[in-house]
Amino acid sequence: MNKLIIGRYLPGTSLLHILDARAKLIAGFYFIFILFFAEDWPAYILLWSFTFWVMHLSGVHFKTYIRGVRPLIWLILFTVCLQVLFTAGGEIYFEWGPVTISQFGIVSGIYIFFRFVMIIFISTVITLTTKPIDLTEAIHFLLKPLRIFKIPVEEISIMLSIALRFIPNLLDETQKIMDAQKARGTEFGKGSLFQQMKTLVPIFLPLFVSSLNRAEEVANVMEVRGYQPNARRSSFRKLRWKWADTLSLVIMIFLTVGLLIMNTIV
Amino acid sequence: MAMEIRYSNVSADYQLGPIRTKNVLDDVNLFVKPSSFTAIVGQTGAGKSSLLKVMNGLIRPKQGEVKIGKYSVSSNNDPTSLKEVRKRIGMVFQFPESQLFAETVEKDICFGPLNFGVGLSEAKEMAKTAIYQVGLDASFLPKSPFSLSGGQKRRVAIAGILAMKPDILILDEPGAGLDPIGKQEILSLIASWNKNNKLTTMMVTHEMDDVAKFADDVIVMEKGKIVFHDDVRTFFADLNQIQSWNLDIPEARRFQLLIEEKTGVSLPKICLTVEELADCLIEVGLA
Ligand SMILES: Nc1ncnc2c1ncn2[C@@H]1O[C@H](COP(=O)(O)OP(=O)(O)O)[C@@H](O)[C@H]1O
Ligand SMILES: [Mg+2]
Repeated sequence: MNKLIIGRYLPGTSLLHILDARAKLIAGFYFIFILFFAEDWPAYILLWSFTFWVMHLSGVHFKTYIRGVRPLIWLILFTVCLQVLFTAGGEIYFEWGPVTISQFGIVSGIYIFFRFVMIIFISTVITLTTKPIDLTEAIHFLLKPLRIFKIPVEEISIMLSIALRFIPNLLDETQKIMDAQKARGTEFGKGSLFQQMKTLVPIFLPLFVSSLNRAEEVANVMEVRGYQPNARRSSFRKLRWKWADTLSLVIMIFLTVGLLIMNTIV
Repeated sequence: MAMEIRYSNVSADYQLGPIRTKNVLDDVNLFVKPSSFTAIVGQTGAGKSSLLKVMNGLIRPKQGEVKIGKYSVSSNNDPTSLKEVRKRIGMVFQFPESQLFAETVEKDICFGPLNFGVGLSEAKEMAKTAIYQVGLDASFLPKSPFSLSGGQKRRVAIAGILAMKPDILILDEPGAGLDPIGKQEILSLIASWNKNNKLTTMMVTHEMDDVAKFADDVIVMEKGKIVFHDDVRTFFADLNQIQSWNLDIPEARRFQLLIEEKTGVSLPKICLTVEELADCLIEVGLA
């Protein structure tokens, strides 16, 4: 559990730490968006170079990112397998009913894999370098226009900030309960899949119980302190847009241009 | 069977995800006598919990080793030998009631013994013995642990540890968060297992009155090091030193010092409990 890197914040002083959370969020989503327009190797090389550059800028050790990918590796491989097995075209190496292993399938499987890893790396860069509270503030800001569609933006952002606020507690608690059950002889990651699933019950049940208790406590405290869900509120933290934030978006435009050029050249 | 505990040059780091706290234990050497009752005191963050966790391999030492009887915990242990160690050491964590998960008290208490390979019927026998040991009775066994009061939950959780029939019992602030009476009862029970079953006991606590009342030996921890380890009377003798560790003294001792200051009479010995103080006062004719 303590290997989960994605969603964690690592305090630091890198350039990325200083950037406005909104800029990082916009740039991040935009990057994921243009990722889907990359169709050939040169484009992938460009996007990977960008990803590595950003990872380097964050000042976080490369190994940390690799560890962040590890818990998700099965999900990635599953998606890749689906892609490989159900894409036809090009040279066919193997065929059985709807299942084919073809040249196109393998190529798009490889693309999917790299796309997936890039998405994880980029999101990890954002969460590692952004305080969760700034992140929610940024999400709140970016969702504001949705108010006209009667979407409860305030409630969503307060829910989000409370949820984020309690992630570290949840992780600590998980660690504690795992330790306690280990001391009672539980061995994690041993035996058949079924046995491994069974060892999770003594972890998750106490976690659910304590989370529900905590949720009730938080709700009571908010109630007692007069929290009103639909009230208009100002915020204590002000996000400040700096020239570097504009610059980061300009870089994204350059990246797009580069990508377009490569797509037309090749 | 009583087992001795020996730490030799143990150092350990704390690793949580990418965050590493260095030297939560810093070259610790320690010998704990079999069947003794040792209290561990010190400021928050001094490494008391880590000292206990390293004993059953929840934190692995990066240097040195801990020997528990014939078992050993070091950086190159294989997991199977850790299981043997864990079977011998009953560890009661802070707020142990947070580990309860089963539908019934009985199932929860049986969890440990079953994990360590005891048969079901024998585990149930052990659960029954354990529930009486913590001062509850068999009527609790079919109940849901979540329906109990805080103090009862704590007892059930401790019963789950006792049922493993450990040779060593280690407890991290077992009285924290309980009402004074419930706390005294739990601590008295712990002391009685130590006396009657010769169970080697190590307990983290912040209450000097409990140290005075129950412990034979005291360990003081500061910044990952053991800065004091001796018997309880030696510990409470040197007031200046206790203050330098930012620790307290027991009520009775404080009262004794006050009496000695006001009357100018010095009592024949260091009094740690109210009873001792009363005896001394009678002896010198002040009461
Ligand atoms: N969950 C944790 N994550 C990171 N560091 C921790 C964690 N728990 C303890 N530590 C570090 O280990 C050191 C010793 O902690 P601990 O053994 O819990 O002390 P104590 O029990 O005496 O309060 C502390 O300095 C603390 O920073
Ligand atoms: Mg502690």
